[in-house]
Amino acid sequence: MPYLLVAPAVAFIVLIYGYPIVRVFIDSFLSPTAARGTSVGLANYGFVIDDPVFWKSAGNNVFLLFGVPIMTVVALIVAVILFDQIRGWRLYRTLVFTPYILAIPVIGVTFVYLYGYNGIVNEILRAIGLGGLAQDWLGDPHLVMPSILSVIIYRELGFGVMLFLARMASIREELYEAAMIDGADWWARLRYITVPQLRTVISFFVVIELITMLSWVFSYVYSMTGGGPAFASSVLELYIWKYAFAYRAIGIASAVAVLLLVATSVFIVVQLLIRGDETDTGEE
Amino acid sequence: MRRFLSPSALFKQVLMLSMAVAAIYPVYYMMETSLKTRQAWTQDQFGLPLPPTLDNYAALLEDGRIPIWFMNSVIVTTASVVVATIVSTLAAYAIARLSFRGRTFLLRLLVALMVIPPAVLILPLFLGMQPLGLTNSYLGVVLIYVGMLIPFSVYMLSSFFRTLPGELFEAARIDGASTLRMLWSIVVPLSGPGFVTLIVVNAMWVWNELLIALVFLQDDKRRTLMAGLTTLRSRFAVNEPLVMAGMFLGALPILLLFLFGQRYFVRGLVAGAVK
Repeated sequence: MPYLLVAPAVAFIVLIYGYPIVRVFIDSFLSPTAARGTSVGLANYGFVIDDPVFWKSAGNNVFLLFGVPIMTVVALIVAVILFDQIRGWRLYRTLVFTPYILAIPVIGVTFVYLYGYNGIVNEILRAIGLGGLAQDWLGDPHLVMPSILSVIIYRELGFGVMLFLARMASIREELYEAAMIDGADWWARLRYITVPQLRTVISFFVVIELITMLSWVFSYVYSMTGGGPAFASSVLELYIWKYAFAYRAIGIASAVAVLLLVATSVFIVVQLLIRGDETDTGEE
Repeated sequence: MRRFLSPSALFKQVLMLSMAVAAIYPVYYMMETSLKTRQAWTQDQFGLPLPPTLDNYAALLEDGRIPIWFMNSVIVTTASVVVATIVSTLAAYAIARLSFRGRTFLLRLLVALMVIPPAVLILPLFLGMQPLGLTNSYLGVVLIYVGMLIPFSVYMLSSFFRTLPGELFEAARIDGASTLRMLWSIVVPLSGPGFVTLIVVNAMWVWNELLIALVFLQDDKRRTLMAGLTTLRSRFAVNEPLVMAGMFLGALPILLLFLFGQRYFVRGLVAGAVK
């Protein structure tokens, strides 16, 4: 009986995850263009390794990874402030969370205008007398990645705040009471109670966001720059997508997909370690 | 008596206020721009839309694509979420309440699959589905979305089902209820909040998804709203208010859902991390 119940779900998983993962490995060793390919050994991987655009794309993903600590610290600060239940905290909580529920393409296209020559970012700079710093934020190869990263942080921040607040709400009140009796000040309570209690959820957030930066940023890049100017804001997902559907080079797209899968797997292992205990114990 | 704010409270208020304004500003910008004519927008991008105009919305409706894309998104989202919920409920029930070989393995596998990037899967899926006529078809994308919703859904539902009181199942077993009977008359009625949470989060994910929609529904008549919206910017490159009107229409359903059911969003998105 249990097997009958899980059968449909397992069938979907075999079809949507199992089959593609096996096939992408096989295709990565086949001739890049032919539909019924002949084996070319590691040639596809060789092509990729020699392609500067691949390294640019991978480098951009790595750049995005550095946004994770910033995002985590800011989310933590906001959560701690809101947890003190300052006046209007419920409204602040809702507003800070709102970007996370908006679709990425919607946010992306809106920010194209906000980043524009006469967009709000440049207008604010001009208004405070820093007009000289006004930039073509998405058109300059050196600024485009930081600009995109800001938008990613803008959206994902709300998720972190929400996670941290939810966990804080379940910290036992006695811990704080005991600390108060011992004369712990605000900072000591944060340092010795709140943050340690949040350790699991912080590491969960960090892992999720690292995975996001590595392999879930296609929608941001596609809707804001399409990878441009030139390839300045290309990322691995975009590279795969271009080779797969614009250049029709199946073998090369598959080779990069395999590399991305391997990179992601590292985080999958970490993810399993974090949640390992949870999946073991049935009862709560 | 009204107390004055201490310096640190004032600092916190200023900080939170500016963050809140920054967070909501793009939504405001979308809205106010969409209510301006192109001419009014060029003269003053940031001012209030006075007098407001609905011309942009009218133009989009007249263009006819947005209503079609909107319906496509409704169809694909509804079908995916319904099928995923049913399939996941069955599996989650088995994992949470029955013991069988491979149970722990299955749950671990699902956790691992949650983070597999779609970009890795789309090309082989496309090549596999093309000969079967499943590209440019609702069925094809729905199958993919259901598959991708299952890991999180089973994970979330099974942890929800575990919190149901065991005595109920004992009592039902003594009364001779079958396994399926218990699912239908104990688990389902008691899991209303769990289901609502899951459906809200899954619907949001499918509605907002871009990459798969872009690749698998390329025919203009089959596009989902998100994929369609990304084409607006090149099509109406010189009419920003019109593009913003389209974007706002795309954001509106989820925004409304969020306004009325914020706690379900929060609960669902937090479900994976906080017990």
